[in-house]
Amino acid sequence: MTGHADEGEDTDADASADTNTNASANTNANADLVDTLLEHADREPIAFDGLRLEATDDGYTVATPAGERTGLSERDLREALADETDDVSEYVTNWYYWQQVGGEGTARRAFLRWCERAPVEDTPGDESETEGTDEGRSETARTVPDRYEPLTDDGLEREWGQLSITVRLADSDGTSPGDRVYDVRHVEDRKADLADLEIHDRPRDARDLTTADERGRYRPLKTAPTLVSGWAFTGLAGDDLVDTVEFVYPATVANWHREQRGNLDVDHWLETAERQTGIYDVVDELPREAVEWMAEACCVDSQCLRRREWEYEEDDDLSVDGGDGPFPCREPCSLVIAAARKWAILETEEERTWEFELTTSEKNQLEALLDAVADGRVDEIREADVNRGANRYRARYLRAKRVDDEGNLCGVDSSVDSDS
Amino acid sequence: MHAHSQAQALVIVAHGSHLNPDASNPTYAHADTIRDAGAFDEVREAFWKEEPHFREVIRTLESEEIYVVPLFISEGYFTEQVIPRELRLEEWDPERWDSDGTDASQATLEATDVGKRVHYCGPVGTHNAMSDVIVQRAESVTGDSDVGDGFGLAVVGHGTERNANSAKAIEYHADRIRETGRFDEVQALFMDEEPEVDDVTDFFESDDVVVVPLFVADGYHTQEDIPEDMGLTDDYRTGWDVPATVDGTRIWYAGAVGTEALMADVVLERAADAGADVDAAIDEVRERTGGTSTETESERHVTGD
Ligand code: SF4
Repeated sequence: MTGHADEGEDTDADASADTNTNASANTNANADLVDTLLEHADREPIAFDGLRLEATDDGYTVATPAGERTGLSERDLREALADETDDVSEYVTNWYYWQQVGGEGTARRAFLRWCERAPVEDTPGDESETEGTDEGRSETARTVPDRYEPLTDDGLEREWGQLSITVRLADSDGTSPGDRVYDVRHVEDRKADLADLEIHDRPRDARDLTTADERGRYRPLKTAPTLVSGWAFTGLAGDDLVDTVEFVYPATVANWHREQRGNLDVDHWLETAERQTGIYDVVDELPREAVEWMAEACCVDSQCLRRREWEYEEDDDLSVDGGDGPFPCREPCSLVIAAARKWAILETEEERTWEFELTTSEKNQLEALLDAVADGRVDEIREADVNRGANRYRARYLRAKRVDDEGNLCGVDSSVDSDS
Repeated sequence: MHAHSQAQALVIVAHGSHLNPDASNPTYAHADTIRDAGAFDEVREAFWKEEPHFREVIRTLESEEIYVVPLFISEGYFTEQVIPRELRLEEWDPERWDSDGTDASQATLEATDVGKRVHYCGPVGTHNAMSDVIVQRAESVTGDSDVGDGFGLAVVGHGTERNANSAKAIEYHADRIRETGRFDEVQALFMDEEPEVDDVTDFFESDDVVVVPLFVADGYHTQEDIPEDMGLTDDYRTGWDVPATVDGTRIWYAGAVGTEALMADVVLERAADAGADVDAAIDEVRERTGGTSTETESERHVTGD
């Protein structure tokens, strides 16, 4: 949790001695905020997200894109800021929130700013393009009033893999003006009633939610598009949001941020493969074309939501599409390396000519079986749907007819040199 | 709390698994214990076979001082080659630990992708405090906090086949615990060399023997191999009794030592040895995980050093 260390302790004490109505609590919270703001402005001019505040010899100058006021006394300024209809007030609470978030230059801060379509700092100019979902791509960052309107209403939503992240202004007791809260759900639950979802507020709970897919099978690849739905994290503070996202999709925020800043350190296939030792020493022997097949097998969007940025080697791109996700993949992952080892060994085998007697339909059926397994559709094929080649009865029939007791297709012995 | 310049982070690095979802449970459990103690601004788990990978964990941290503790049993291929390479500790050389197999403490290096200081610690398995965890594991499995009198203790490991240091770590703790005189007999046993765990009852005279495998997580070896090899069961899938009687000896099989909650303490000790400011957390973690509190500091390390 970001420390709210800047809040004036004395003012808090005054507040509790005062009446306990919400209005007075808000007024006091506002007073804290203004104290912090003036203190800051007296030290150095403020220029943030369109707000400019400067202490001059003739009083304060405050400016937003809507206009500039000069020569304000402290009292004038306090009045202006206390007036919620005055657009300066939004700019000020916005400044205050981002002061609390802190972490200038960190991925955490950049991500939180991206969530609400604020200009992500460290990218040149306010017109920076924010990378994201299709809708988020090439989108111009929003001004404070353009953000505040949705933030006070339904919130602003972003997609991050299969996560839907919504940011709103906090409206509960104990929050400071401008505080944001974040909700995270599965994209499929975007419209679901909260009462139908399992509610969480501890980032580490996300670990259990991501361990298995819908059918209870272990998910060794966290960015596989098999995240289960049915849960929601609600009312998270910024830090907890980032931690939650990191438990679901580890290191994606850091690598996205590097990419935003133009310093994503991509390690291409060859350098990654050559770095391996021990049982993985062999992976750099995988032929060039097999790397293409591997990327097509493992890294496309239907299998992994990371956008593959690694290629065969610098200046030698793979022809397979890298995907469209918001977060990049900067080097072949451990799962791909482990699979590459298997393929590197298999690819050393000689090709041979085989002779099998099959009907045309039987050949087609073998292809249908391959497709069903490769696309993960085996379970979708209904029990009695014997029109489908990958139907279980059809497969059993083919085996009964064409595979002998040793497991050889059409009785053709392949025990000599196989290693599958 | 977040990252001012003196902020410190802990990274627990472990093997993990592509196939077994439970392999990382102890890592998560110990990390959570340490998170709750609040000694570090950031705590992360990182894996060879899971995510975040070793390769990408350091960049997720805001802290400037980073303590990396390997949740591995012995010094060897992973701690000396794989982890430092994948963390991009380019200045690393196993000499930096100046160890003969069981006394690595730490080395301070730079992670070159982020330019941060990394204190690369020795594995938990060879820390002195690990002897305490083995004893605590014996207490847990027998339900007797004074277990020792009339009991033998077997510490079990792989053996030298893949890594000479793996046997050294086992013998190291067996020796330390034997010297305390707490158990009637203490014996190091191995899976792939003499003295073999298969013949466990041949090596003990005591009627009761606690068997503690020095593994970080339960898996194939601790849940299938060893129980069958010792004759606790014919088929691991049907389970076994604790204790189970084999050739007239009652065998109290403890399962992987790494699942013992007190392991979190060893992780913290490793970081403390490398300079992390965690004293308060060590007390808290010990209290919560059933370790001896500081009031009895002298008893803490079973060998009394
Ligand atoms: S290597 Fe491929 S499968 Fe692995 S994380 Fe990257 S894109 Fe996904």
